[in-house]
Amino acid sequence: MKIPLIYNVRSVRQRPVSTALTALGIGLVVAVFIGMLALANGFATALTRTGSEQNVLVLRKGADSEMASNLDRDAVSALTSSPHVARGAEGRALASPEVYVVIPLGRMGDTTQLANVVVRGVSEQAWQVRANVAVYEGTRPSTGKNEVCVGKRLVGRFPGTGLGETMRFAGRPWTVTCHFAAAGSAFESEIWGENEQIMPAMRREGFQSLAFRLADPASFEEAKRLLEADKRVTVDVYRESAFYAKQSELLGNILRILAIMITGIMAVGAIFGAVNTMYAAVASRAPEIAVLLTLGFRPRSILASFLAESAVIAAAGGVIGCLLALPMNGVVTSTTNWANFSETAFSFRVTPGLLLAGLVFAVVMGTLGGFFPARRASKVPVVQAIR
Amino acid sequence: MALVEIRNVHKSFRRDAERIDVFSGLSMDIEQGSFTALMGPSGSGKSTLLNLIAGLDQPTSGTVRVGGAEVSAMTPAQLAEWRSRNVGFVFQQFNLLPVLTAFQNVELPLLLTRLSKKERDERVRIALGVVGLDDRLQHYPRQLSGGQEQRVAIARAIVADPTLVLLDEPTGQLDARSSQEVLSLLGRLNDEFNKTIIIVTHDPHAAERAKRQLHLDKGTFVEQARTAGTAAGAVG
Repeated sequence: MKIPLIYNVRSVRQRPVSTALTALGIGLVVAVFIGMLALANGFATALTRTGSEQNVLVLRKGADSEMASNLDRDAVSALTSSPHVARGAEGRALASPEVYVVIPLGRMGDTTQLANVVVRGVSEQAWQVRANVAVYEGTRPSTGKNEVCVGKRLVGRFPGTGLGETMRFAGRPWTVTCHFAAAGSAFESEIWGENEQIMPAMRREGFQSLAFRLADPASFEEAKRLLEADKRVTVDVYRESAFYAKQSELLGNILRILAIMITGIMAVGAIFGAVNTMYAAVASRAPEIAVLLTLGFRPRSILASFLAESAVIAAAGGVIGCLLALPMNGVVTSTTNWANFSETAFSFRVTPGLLLAGLVFAVVMGTLGGFFPARRASKVPVVQAIR
Repeated sequence: MALVEIRNVHKSFRRDAERIDVFSGLSMDIEQGSFTALMGPSGSGKSTLLNLIAGLDQPTSGTVRVGGAEVSAMTPAQLAEWRSRNVGFVFQQFNLLPVLTAFQNVELPLLLTRLSKKERDERVRIALGVVGLDDRLQHYPRQLSGGQEQRVAIARAIVADPTLVLLDEPTGQLDARSSQEVLSLLGRLNDEFNKTIIIVTHDPHAAERAKRQLHLDKGTFVEQARTAGTAAGAVG
């Protein structure tokens, strides 16, 4: 049987200051680790939630973003007549030909600080096609009027976004008639208006994309094959969820790599802290180790015992790190989405999986830091140590 | 019958460039059930001899056998296993683990056995009862007197029912009264429980409790002071 863990736990409590400092060091690393991954996680989640499995997004062939795409009215007409497009009330196609423009807007408090914001011109059906979008305040923009609905994340961050207020862009005033939520997705960082109003205001002659609901969600591959082979149009067809997930890939990956690099460097410092603490522990407890060896505990039990002790300290640090990171959950921040250079607001997402990863990371740091001191403990010369 | 057989043992240490010979061909026997006191001035090799018998140290050459097992030829892992079954060791400084209670300290050697928790509890209570501390089970070492600490250490040494109990200056840190208590306890362990006891001591009063006294000086036995009972062996 192994040396009881209670021995390690109580021994740790004998040197509270050095133990607490080591745990705190590890905790800070874990907090940064979780925080940075929560950032990457939140960004990816915002974009992933933007798309639906049931929807299809059609862009001009070769366009890698909505901004770079262009679809004329004939193409839109040909696409919406496809049998793969779901029909709503009165047999109307659940499709939204959309104008997608990025405009500079001055921030609240300092209008000289500009941010790129997406203005999306949508059809009446867009509100049905995008099932995750819901107006929570006010009424939808009326047909034929310069009215817009503002995404939840923009409200209060830019001037004129309040209900009934007026925003100015594209040389016109736009009345804000509603605010909408979209389950934390990137749509919440957009301004939506009627496509037929946005298009001329932005001096566009066509749409950028077409979003439609699949008549049968399982028939995506067939719809894609048929539409991409249609001689009347030259388009790429994406499942909407996959398209937006891909949009988050570049920045999401960079954030993850940054998280690993920064916390990796910090972890080296924390590991050295653990090494120092554990060497001190081994040195001060050499007689106790010698007693255990004299009683018949094997050197490998001593090694395991001190590794466990280091892991216990690190796990405590991991818990501290999780507690420090938890308040970040839900905090809203924004960044420029590199796929379309527009500002996307999103929340830090601290998930249970991330907390678990933080704890595992802490224990790994503790185990690495504890290894050499534990090995020294297992090799304590009994006769000298006992004197 | 000899429990401990030491044959032609040489032991030397290196201190910088100097070689220090502690034993040069030491041989001796210690009988099963005997109570032996090893005496001698500092540096005479008493503690080294105790460590060789316990397998805590290895001879430079020669053999140490205990209960027929050649201790001097065992690997560290074999020694750990052997010690846990056959040897109880008591130190001058008590060396209880300060963060464990008396009960938990005494239980430690039993964690190396296959005994159930219930059996372990029973054995620990018996061992602490033998040393008269069954009312101090949950006390930490800092809450005990020196004499009580040493009795807990003795309980730890005997709880796994070893053949051999080795004590290195067990009364060195104790006052006269506590020393008497510990020595009486050792006498009981030898008489009632038939434990083979080897005690290293400077204290003549402690040595008088033993049935056999061996005096070491510069690594050789200079005198066999007294032999009580039947214990006898080749000394040299």
